[in-house]
Amino acid sequence: MSVGEATGAGAVRARSRTGERTGFFSENVKRMTGWSGALLIVLVASLVPVLWIVMLSLKTPASATDGSFIPHHWTLSNYSDIFKTGIFTSALRNSIGIALISTALAVIIACAAAYAIARLEFPGKRVILAVVLGVALFPQISLVGPLYNLWRQVGLYDTWPGLIIPYMTFALPLSIFVLSSFFQEIPWELEQAAEVDGATPFQAFTKVIAPLAMPGIVTTFIIVFIICWNDFVFAISLTSTTAAETVPAAISTFPGVSQFTVPYGDIAAAAVVVTVPVMVLVLLFQRRIVAGLTAGAVKG
Amino acid sequence: MAEIEFEDVTKRYPDGFEAVKHFNLDVHDGELMVLVGPSGCGKSTALRMVAGLEDISSGELKIDQDVVNDRAPKDRDIAMVFQNYALYPHMTVRENMGFALKLAKVPQAEIDSKVAEAARILDLEPHLDRKPANLSGGQRQRVAMGRAIVRDPKAFLMDEPLSNLDAKLRVQMRTVVARIQQRLQTTTIYVTHDQTEAMTLGNRITVMRAGELQQVGSPTELYSRPVNLFVAGFIGSPSMNFLPGELEGNNVRLPIGSLPLPDELRRRLEAGPGQGRRQVIAGLRPDHFEDAALGGSQQHGGATFRANIDVLESLGSEYYAYFEVESERVASRELEELAQDAGAADLPGAGSQQVQMVARLSGATKAKPGQPLELWFDPQHLQLFDPESGRSLLAGGQQQPAAAATQPPAQPV
Repeated sequence: MSVGEATGAGAVRARSRTGERTGFFSENVKRMTGWSGALLIVLVASLVPVLWIVMLSLKTPASATDGSFIPHHWTLSNYSDIFKTGIFTSALRNSIGIALISTALAVIIACAAAYAIARLEFPGKRVILAVVLGVALFPQISLVGPLYNLWRQVGLYDTWPGLIIPYMTFALPLSIFVLSSFFQEIPWELEQAAEVDGATPFQAFTKVIAPLAMPGIVTTFIIVFIICWNDFVFAISLTSTTAAETVPAAISTFPGVSQFTVPYGDIAAAAVVVTVPVMVLVLLFQRRIVAGLTAGAVKG
Repeated sequence: MAEIEFEDVTKRYPDGFEAVKHFNLDVHDGELMVLVGPSGCGKSTALRMVAGLEDISSGELKIDQDVVNDRAPKDRDIAMVFQNYALYPHMTVRENMGFALKLAKVPQAEIDSKVAEAARILDLEPHLDRKPANLSGGQRQRVAMGRAIVRDPKAFLMDEPLSNLDAKLRVQMRTVVARIQQRLQTTTIYVTHDQTEAMTLGNRITVMRAGELQQVGSPTELYSRPVNLFVAGFIGSPSMNFLPGELEGNNVRLPIGSLPLPDELRRRLEAGPGQGRRQVIAGLRPDHFEDAALGGSQQHGGATFRANIDVLESLGSEYYAYFEVESERVASRELEELAQDAGAADLPGAGSQQVQMVARLSGATKAKPGQPLELWFDPQHLQLFDPESGRSLLAGGQQQPAAAATQPPAQPV
């Protein structure tokens, strides 16, 4: 008798449990479809232009403006064309060099500044932060004219430093902001522990704080690199020859077949090529850009 | 191993607040000195000044006879265990413990053997290659300890190292700390706000209040001869009961009845600072009450009185009996501060004409809650304080030649 009772009760319980489960599922399915729809819209909106450029770069010059998404005649000639003239190769070299140097300098300086802002109480700290923010708000275009004249006089026009200096200047505010918030999240005790353990302040920074802030440093590096890499305003105004012209500026000066044709295919191919380094950079470092690295530092 | 001396050390913040005031303390070589006090009393600041993490505003701090006021933490040769452990999350347990040695450019083989030794002492061997994030709270705490002991420093500084552990583990770790300290014989300053931890661990204890040193002494000294109301109320659990009293010849009249003063107490009172004073605050430890039916009064004399037991808490081997006494409440800033720190200041009943008392009774008592009970108090252990200054009226709170023999040696080396 007791066995029968037990199975009966079990059956009831099992039934109610499956009931709950279906309810849970339908709720889940609803939420999933909602998210999928939203994601699909974002995906299409952001990927279609990229795909368009890729397709365009694979079309022959004659069919470039035919309006179809898929090329009628597939060709790689655009890609070989842009590497035939020296303009693009030298621009690529300039872009890589200038962007890397500006980014490295900006991140190093920003690390020092952000660390000081996060850790030290000093007079004028708020003023410095306000000034930094001010620089970030400053419209870059308003500086182009003065810089053009100034650079021509001091001999920085059409040189690498001529671009590195403004890039660094405009990258610093953002870097300092991102990095100081990262540094602030690292418990101060870690540094004190390092100092008690016999580290100099510099060792405490390089061996304890910097490794922990690495996700922040890498993120900042990538953001700044992309800003420098994509800049057009300074590049077109402060350079004129292959000595310092970067890719965005060089693309705009690509010669067409004749004076009256726009080299759409070449431009598209160049655009595809210049996105490659950025993608490589992001993929390379995406493993480092993980949150939660500080987990376990203090009691949990 | 080294001696640590505070000479008139003061910590003043830019806004004028003094966290530590004219602090004088001698921590002997090899001693475990506990700094204890309510939060904000300056104990952690004092410790951080030894570590070099806080500047010293005035006075001198000596480690091993050297004035270290202006030395960076790394040049002081001390190790510190932080309250939240401060383990390096990007390093394994092994790297965490070996970090200081690596910075000191100790050969790798020596680092390995020292880390292995510390891991063995602390039972961390299976976890050496794990990161702190994958350890339990107790294991992290032990790694923090290990990081300190591998270095063989002049002194260990511990800033509430056990306060993040749960109660049971805390008691276990307390014995681990004590054992390691005894084994290594390294001078240790241990900061805690928990008086039980202080009493069980310390060779000597320093009680601090509002940046000022109150009393330094062995646990027994602090317990039986507190110099003022603050120390009396802070040390001991449950804490001391305080009643207003009046001296009348050889008796002290209390709301619970008149207590005869034993000879020794009378001698100490006469030698003490407050001769001829009549109004006093009497301190009665819960431990010195007993159920009169159990027959303490015949042996020691003393007074019995009747009280209505409100609440009876059983701890198995003993009972805590709570009762109320019709009396003015003792008004003292020190006691109010203690109540505030314990969070008891706003408990119901405060400010009424009733004083809540607690007595610790033997497990053999027949007391029942809600029923009156004949209680006995042992007057040998009565404490008397000046109501105005809060100081003990009994001589020998701090220096008592007669009592010195009965005190345990200040520190075993």
